[in-house]
Amino acid sequence: MILLKTVSLWKQFGETRACNGLDFVVNKGEFLSLVGSNGAGKTTLVNLISAHLQPDSGQILLEDRDITFTTVTERIKAGIARSFQIVNLFDGLSVFDNVALSVFSREGKTVKMARLADRDTDVRREALEVLGQFGLASKTAVAAGGLAQGERKLLDVAVAYALRPRLLFLDEPTSGVSTHEKAQIMDTVSSVVRGGMVTAVVIEHDMDVVFRYSDRIVMMHEGSFLADGTPDEIRANKEVASILLGAPLTD
Amino acid sequence: MTGANPLPNRSLLKLVAAAAPVLLVLILVPGVVGIYQLQLVIYGLIAAIAALGFNLLLGYTGLLSFGHSAYFGVGAYSVAFVVEHVGPHSMEFYLLVGIPIVAVTSALFGYICVRHTQIFFGILTLAISQVVYSLALKLYWVTGGSDGLRVPRPALLLGLLSFSGPEGFQQFVRSYYYYVLGIFVICVILMWVIVHSPFGKALQGIRDNEVRARFLGLRIRRFRWISFLVSGTFTGVAGILWVPLNGLTTPDVLYWTFSGEIVFTTLLGGFRNFTGPIVGGIVFTYLRTYAVASTEYWQLLLGVVLVALVLVLPTGIVGALSRAGQRLSKRNAST
Repeated sequence: MILLKTVSLWKQFGETRACNGLDFVVNKGEFLSLVGSNGAGKTTLVNLISAHLQPDSGQILLEDRDITFTTVTERIKAGIARSFQIVNLFDGLSVFDNVALSVFSREGKTVKMARLADRDTDVRREALEVLGQFGLASKTAVAAGGLAQGERKLLDVAVAYALRPRLLFLDEPTSGVSTHEKAQIMDTVSSVVRGGMVTAVVIEHDMDVVFRYSDRIVMMHEGSFLADGTPDEIRANKEVASILLGAPLTD
Repeated sequence: MTGANPLPNRSLLKLVAAAAPVLLVLILVPGVVGIYQLQLVIYGLIAAIAALGFNLLLGYTGLLSFGHSAYFGVGAYSVAFVVEHVGPHSMEFYLLVGIPIVAVTSALFGYICVRHTQIFFGILTLAISQVVYSLALKLYWVTGGSDGLRVPRPALLLGLLSFSGPEGFQQFVRSYYYYVLGIFVICVILMWVIVHSPFGKALQGIRDNEVRARFLGLRIRRFRWISFLVSGTFTGVAGILWVPLNGLTTPDVLYWTFSGEIVFTTLLGGFRNFTGPIVGGIVFTYLRTYAVASTEYWQLLLGVVLVALVLVLPTGIVGALSRAGQRLSKRNAST
């Protein structure tokens, strides 16, 4: 079942074709990895689908509904959420409030001015539950700005996850952390995402991580798709291997 | 402080425990001090309300308004107009008429200003307030020009308390003190609830990270606009309360230097703390009064204080005190 589809999506920055007429498909329930060297257009594709950027041409369809020209708010309502490569948190708010704000926003409760946020037991329970799932239950009262890098990456995903999206984009959820932490973060993220039946698209450079956690891998190169298949198929693909070996794998 | 989020009931209890002694002192003040001092405390409370409103924008929404004199002044002038053309000399009536006028003005000007952020926002607020100032100065047949408008002493509590005769002014100040204190308490509670509401959390989210806030589905501009509206209205209420005590409103309260004083007040107390603007309002009122009384170079003195403040106490009085308190409790815990 196709959840999201793009039809010849174009985006050009000056002379650089970041998205070269892409037909991208995300199936319901899969854990998909987008790989490729720096500048391959992965983040641009995610930016287009999440309405962070507008495409030059092409269409974005969510279950056959054209969402190409909808706003960020509308896309979030439709069930598309994302995290960011460079951690994007509310540093002055507590860890708890970061996630609670997501829940408040999703439920349309941020208009409430005459009620204490902490008194909303439903939101409270849900935020604590999400934080527990991401292993941050012991940090709820800490300001988000005071977390360690690995925890910040997890919180960044948790904030997006708390929007209860159908389709979750994670832009390098393990960038900037040690190899050891990478596995921990991905274990947590993949188990929560799969447990919540959320379809996920992950941008990732570490091929060990990609092969281990993905159902499907899509490889990009200079704004186009180079390969698309299961981890085993990608492993066996000679062209992919040469690109991967020829291009730097990390930021 | 690690571990679970403090329970909501406990944090509320802590607040009440901290506020009760302060409130008690404030209630007892008129028994101890003379009329002049009492007037100063009233002015301090009014400045605190103005700064409290201003800080919803600066501290909680991340927008520096340099034109909050406009809302204070519109509050004061709307009362003066009411007195001159219609209506009874009743404080409740002043508030009833003044608050909607201030709210509409804030909504209107805010709608324009929140189209921009940062320095552009600041300049817009400044420009609009200067337009209002020029109007007050030039339309003298309405506003009295630089002479301003007189506002007689109102009756309080629906005419229950009225003040005339030789002791009228003293009686008025004593009663008015409790009146302002009451409204001050209401304003503090209202603002406390607002900044701790889901709406307030959203404002702080927008302050910390606009991009992420947008990707939670928040409509940034609308939040900033409502924040502006509430902020301007609080500052306007301060203007409404100020004018009967001062007995007169002049274009001075619309001039940009008065906006600067509101900024100063908030920085002095600390814009990162809820209580900062309140402490700032009272301290600044005393600071300025004594500076004016002790030297003709009082503006220079205030300037030096401002420079020292930015260099030495960037988090303001409350920020520095709370840091010192944390250090002390840490030391106690370690020994």
